[in-house]
Amino acid sequence: MEAGKNRSLFNGKPIKVLLAKPGIDGHDRGILVLAKAFRDAGMEVIYVGLLPTPEEVVDTAVNEDVDVIALSLLNGAHMTVFRKVADLLKNRKINDIAVVGGGTIPDTDKPKLEAIGISGNYGPGTPISTIVDHITQRAAEMRKLKAMEE
Amino acid sequence: MEKNDSYWSDRYRKLKDQNHRQNSEFDAWSKKTLDPWNQKTGYQEKEFTNSSNIPVKEVYNSKDIPEDTEKNLLGMPGEYPFTRGIYPNMYRGRLWTMRMFSGFGTPEDTNERLKYLIRHGESGLSIAFDMPTLYGFDCNNPRSDGEIGKCGVNVSSLKDMEVIFDGIDLSKVSTSMTINAPAAILTAMYIAIGKKQGVPLDQLAGTVQADILKEYIAQKEWIYPPEAHLRLIRDMMVYCTENTPKWNYISISGYHIREAGSSAVQELAFTLADGFYYVDMGIKAGLDVDEFAPRLSFFFNSSINFFEEIAKLRAARRIWAKVLREKYGARKDRTLLLRFHTQTSGYSLTWQQPLNNIIRTTIEAMAAVLGGTQSLHTNSYDEAWALPSEEAVKIALRTQQIIAEETGVVDTADPLGGSYYVEWLTNKMEEEAFRYFDQIERMGGILEAVKAGYIQKEIAATSYRRQIRLEEGKEIMVGVNKHAEEGEQPINILRISEEAQKNQLKRLSETKKSRNEQEVRKTLEELEAAMRKEDVNTMPFILKAVEAYATLEEISNVGRKVFGSWKEPVIV
Repeated sequence: MEAGKNRSLFNGKPIKVLLAKPGIDGHDRGILVLAKAFRDAGMEVIYVGLLPTPEEVVDTAVNEDVDVIALSLLNGAHMTVFRKVADLLKNRKINDIAVVGGGTIPDTDKPKLEAIGISGNYGPGTPISTIVDHITQRAAEMRKLKAMEE
Repeated sequence: MEKNDSYWSDRYRKLKDQNHRQNSEFDAWSKKTLDPWNQKTGYQEKEFTNSSNIPVKEVYNSKDIPEDTEKNLLGMPGEYPFTRGIYPNMYRGRLWTMRMFSGFGTPEDTNERLKYLIRHGESGLSIAFDMPTLYGFDCNNPRSDGEIGKCGVNVSSLKDMEVIFDGIDLSKVSTSMTINAPAAILTAMYIAIGKKQGVPLDQLAGTVQADILKEYIAQKEWIYPPEAHLRLIRDMMVYCTENTPKWNYISISGYHIREAGSSAVQELAFTLADGFYYVDMGIKAGLDVDEFAPRLSFFFNSSINFFEEIAKLRAARRIWAKVLREKYGARKDRTLLLRFHTQTSGYSLTWQQPLNNIIRTTIEAMAAVLGGTQSLHTNSYDEAWALPSEEAVKIALRTQQIIAEETGVVDTADPLGGSYYVEWLTNKMEEEAFRYFDQIERMGGILEAVKAGYIQKEIAATSYRRQIRLEEGKEIMVGVNKHAEEGEQPINILRISEEAQKNQLKRLSETKKSRNEQEVRKTLEELEAAMRKEDVNTMPFILKAVEAYATLEEISNVGRKVFGSWKEPVIV
């Protein structure tokens, strides 16, 4: 779990992750655990608290120049709400911020989310290391895109 | 009490003394029999602790509990301090109520499910609401998009409640409504339907959760700052004490605290601390403790560490009885009884190998029964995935019926009473709870502790510790971090149709067209004026607005304007 500390890969700048629950959902046990775990893995974590709108999530992600937006919902609204976040990024032509998802997402919804660029989509019982590895991989992709832009 | 010592710290010190015991018999046995055995067979390299991080010994004997245990700490069932149960004959007299929580989709769907349950002999209805309803948003708020009917039934105005209870005689059922921030509005809607049906208000029976403190602690479904919600709950307490004597207006809930990641002892301590706050609040509002405290009921979690859960529930009864008598001067026995509903733990269920969840739920339900619960909801095996399917709900209900009808555990009260281990653990849970009560008082009370984020931090730390222990294999979840299988097949789960949202939007727009706008505006203005005066009871004004078909969000918005909103303290 030293992912974010791999400074050669990330040019000395730790992976920056925005954790968010962009729906009407107070189930924050999982996201609070992940916030600590990501920090322990050397990442810079921003958690905006409960009930942000998809617009607020995207605004924060852009202002903070994050590598990854990690979304969590346990209320069954992921298809509508995750899609809104992805659409907002697309409309603003932002392609160097990755979106990953997690929560109670039925298997049949996962390909649909993948198709709109939301990866991961991990369910209950997923080891933290799996999630950290995935975030690291997505962040690396984004850093490459950012380097190309510069 | 020593000088400057509060009730809590005094009791905590006494409990510490009581439980700090020399046990020369254990020490001798350990030296003579245990150690040689361990040296011969090898130690198991493992920490033996429970969720509350209390170390567990190899064995317990009579020296681990005080000599006067039976006389002072237990009593007999139906007698102070009620450790062994609140009724003399417990389940011989009446079984616990098998109260299955339901509610999904549209008011029509829920009406159909409720009528189905009534036809099959259930008279205790229990309703779940969806997220927009719980946060005081109407179905047409952009934030509600995609959320309608997903986690429960959607209610935007009295019209929806009329559909939910269509054809159901409110004088013949009791209804439990799991709602907190908008509890007064939903209670007013229930009263409005009762009035329309011609049911006298003193016949309306049921419970509204309305435990707002645990929302800030755990479930996080609030609208206004804590003081504003507490004031509205106070108004409801006073109104209901006077008008609807069969309406239980607060169900003090540990369930969500536990699901948010607390340990068993944290659940016990924070829930009872919330309960004491409401007792203080009622007394401050001028109510007699013996009149209103019997209307407070509790709601606990039953998780997978069997004896820890049983000890927690027994300790809860004793603590409540003692504190209500010693600190609040309750005189009637009825006031001292801690009555509670239990739900098995959702968090303990696994997404992997879901049929194993039936076994977990069975063990947890058994702990709730051995702990003396008054009613019980058993989770369905598919609930790590979604709202339960009908088949899964039926198995969960059958689980309770098997425990009640086949196992014999209901034949005698408190069958584990007198077990050295259970009594020691009950005492230890009580001591640890008082350590928290003492700490909370030092912080200025539970409200201050919550506003400072202290309680939330304590829970998050426990939850994180547990997760790390799982990752390290120090704690096991079968099918997840041990005995896992590759290539599992998905199970059939209940999906909520997107039609629910259309249906709700249509009814809301029709309701708005058919109501008297002037009347709505007038009732909302009067409500605003009432909210602005601390000593005016808002409840009659909420009722008037509800009856004029002002919507849930319109009524909530009056509060948003007067009280503002709430941003929780940052704890990560």
